[in-house]
Amino acid sequence: MLSHIARRLLAALPVMAFVALFVFGLLYLAPGDPAAIMAGDQATAADIARIRIALKLDDPFPIRFGNWVWSLLHGDLGLSLFTNQPVAAMIVQRLEPTYLLMLMTLVVSVTLALPIGVIAAWKHNTASDRAVMVFAVLSFSVPSFVVGYLLAFVFGLQLRWLPVQGYVPMSNGLWPAVRSLILPAVALGSVYIGLLARITRATMLEVLAQDYVRTARAKGAEERKILFKHALKNCSVPIITTIGSGVALLIGGAIVTETVFAIPGLGRLTVDAILRRDYPVIQGVILLFSFMYVLVNLLVDMLYTVFDPRIRY
Amino acid sequence: MNRRNFLKLSAQSAIFTQLAPFFTAPAHAAGKKELRYIPEADLNILDPVWSTSTIVQVYGHLVFDTLYGFDKDYNVHPQMAEGHTVSDDKLQWTIKLRDGLQFHDGQPVLAKDCVASINRWGKRDFMGAALLGVVDTMTAVDDRTLQFKLKKPFPLLPMTLATSGSNMPAIMPERIAMTSPTEQIRESIGSGPYRFAKEQWVSGSKAVFEKFAGYKPRNDAFAPTYTAGPKIAHFEKIVWNIIPDASTAAAALQAGEIDMIEMVGADFLPVLKADPNIRLLPRTTPNFAVMRFNHLQPPFNNPTIRRALLKAFDQRAIMSGTFGEENKEFWQSGVGFFSPDSPMTTTIGLEAFTSPRDVKKAAEEIKAAGYNGERVVVLDPVDYPWTHPCTLLAADTLKKVGLNVDIQAMDWGTLMQRRLSKEPADKGGWNVFLTALSGMSNFNPVGHIGLRGNGNDAWVGWPTAPRLEELRQQWLDAPDVATQKKICEEIQKQALIDVPYIPLGGFATVSGYRNNLTDIQLQRPLFFTMTAKG
Repeated sequence: MLSHIARRLLAALPVMAFVALFVFGLLYLAPGDPAAIMAGDQATAADIARIRIALKLDDPFPIRFGNWVWSLLHGDLGLSLFTNQPVAAMIVQRLEPTYLLMLMTLVVSVTLALPIGVIAAWKHNTASDRAVMVFAVLSFSVPSFVVGYLLAFVFGLQLRWLPVQGYVPMSNGLWPAVRSLILPAVALGSVYIGLLARITRATMLEVLAQDYVRTARAKGAEERKILFKHALKNCSVPIITTIGSGVALLIGGAIVTETVFAIPGLGRLTVDAILRRDYPVIQGVILLFSFMYVLVNLLVDMLYTVFDPRIRY
Repeated sequence: MNRRNFLKLSAQSAIFTQLAPFFTAPAHAAGKKELRYIPEADLNILDPVWSTSTIVQVYGHLVFDTLYGFDKDYNVHPQMAEGHTVSDDKLQWTIKLRDGLQFHDGQPVLAKDCVASINRWGKRDFMGAALLGVVDTMTAVDDRTLQFKLKKPFPLLPMTLATSGSNMPAIMPERIAMTSPTEQIRESIGSGPYRFAKEQWVSGSKAVFEKFAGYKPRNDAFAPTYTAGPKIAHFEKIVWNIIPDASTAAAALQAGEIDMIEMVGADFLPVLKADPNIRLLPRTTPNFAVMRFNHLQPPFNNPTIRRALLKAFDQRAIMSGTFGEENKEFWQSGVGFFSPDSPMTTTIGLEAFTSPRDVKKAAEEIKAAGYNGERVVVLDPVDYPWTHPCTLLAADTLKKVGLNVDIQAMDWGTLMQRRLSKEPADKGGWNVFLTALSGMSNFNPVGHIGLRGNGNDAWVGWPTAPRLEELRQQWLDAPDVATQKKICEEIQKQALIDVPYIPLGGFATVSGYRNNLTDIQLQRPLFFTMTAKG
């Protein structure tokens, strides 16, 4: 197992190298000029040219890429063109809210989606099944930012139960941090809940039709036990795969959700950096996201062995 | 009570205690000692000498101070300066610094710091460059005295050192001011009433300013006004929350999670207007929508065509279409080339914008001027709430006069790069784009980049207008305000001949705030007058 993990991590290196080259090349080709944005609306061409030289933006592609890779190999992601802050420090500043938001979203989504998916399969072709399906289609179809605005309006503005924006760091207490992320997590999770519930229902329908389930029922096993112990466990591989691949969905969704709820996370950092063409920050964040995705895939593969003992590496 | 019930009750109490905050509304305010404010943009540059963006200038006025300041009527008053003397031949100015000025690192403000700061600023700012152009020597005579020896009289010296709206003549420690003017400073150490808490700064999310105990406000008889007078820090802490989404910002203000929004989105003005806990404040110095031409490429390298367009553009229709008729108290039409609240404003020639529009005649004149159906590329920045509709309205007028318009949608970052191209439209160039000039930069012809006519060295669009340049220099040399005003009338007349751009109207930045805030500065979000009650 350990050698498998080591092999997979090694295999991630060329993937990361390709991502680095791809992102750098894409940014190089993309329109927009950080020097022009930095100089401001009222700057003259001469002002902008001076800034470009000062920031070494006029250097040819191979030199810029080489310098960046060299710094990267020394563990240095560079400095933000705008704030002059180290990119690594900016990313570390933003990790907590994004990770906590993603974790809460996963918890909320899995906690809600699995039971309703199981119930829908169990009550197949009944009103409950149809209600779950309608809910799943709706939550999958309505964009998370719309859900976010609705939640903020109802629970933030009308009921005043939860804050409409912002993030309270965990250093101020776990509960305040969690409280500030409840609405964003539900908004971000809405798409995920629909997706997971549908996958769970479909897989459960298949499993519930199998002989061993019929045998368990014939033996007089409790229905709850049949559903959640025997059947659900055997559905776990496709569900875990969906959860894993859904992390990419969460990363994309976090960008929108963090903007709507003004959460200072990696998503906001990415959007801000793209809008102002802060190349080192964009490169750093995308590398991090890629690495996260590689790790999540590895974790998913490892989890297969837990839920399905037949799988061995 | 048996053991089982006791444990159950204890568990319930613990759960209730944990959940209680869930069901209660958030604390209304962090107390009147802290102001929670949403600025108009993210603060990502910390050098007010280097950047002209409004947000950096507002930051600059909190953290740094200037030798002179403007009152609300734009009269100049000493600020860090105690006062000055001028020699009889007007060629020597001696400025004495106030006693007790101190930087945020605890070091005293010395005359040598001012010399270094003005030298660096003068290489970035139009007014500063004009001043340095006439300075023979600038020296620190002693710790509190700096002296300018001039090549020729420069009566605007105090006004120049009070410049607001472009690069700020911020005074900083000499070691920081020695930074190259093309690079940003790395430390945020000024001598203003608030210290920038850099350790709490999260770019894109939060900026914190703490009251600087070492700041000594002036003892002027008058109340603080714009950038002049005793700058009193009424709040212990000012927290800028960066909320880019206009809807979320408005909701946060209504929910009492923040105290003030600098720029309310036009869509949310009616909602906030109807909320009894919220007040709206249009800033007195409006921004001006302008349509800038590329003067190097056809068809707008032809002044007759540019002049003909003046007849077609309807400022009222464009402002109404962009900002809404329901918000008409926040925009204005019939504006010329100078900010209406500037002492330099003039009504001369304004009929060019206010008389009945004549699209048909404009079309005829354009045709007669030799327009050959060249493609007119209009850059359309779709990510700014007002520029997109305003651009579409302007493009519609261009179409009505018979121009072959090609609207190209892009984000602002792309536009900023694209507009630097001097190439023809089919080689990646452009013909027209819209932007806003801040009211403060339209105050006089020196800071007014849109009126520069120095060809390739001018602002993008690169007009060549020698008469405008000549008048600008005359304004700089003018002995008094009356003469300056006269020259500005000439400038406006000349601008209607050269048409470096077309003014499309003015619009105020509308701030929204909780009704417990009082005495809010009208021109800009400077926090020296504002207090909170309750």
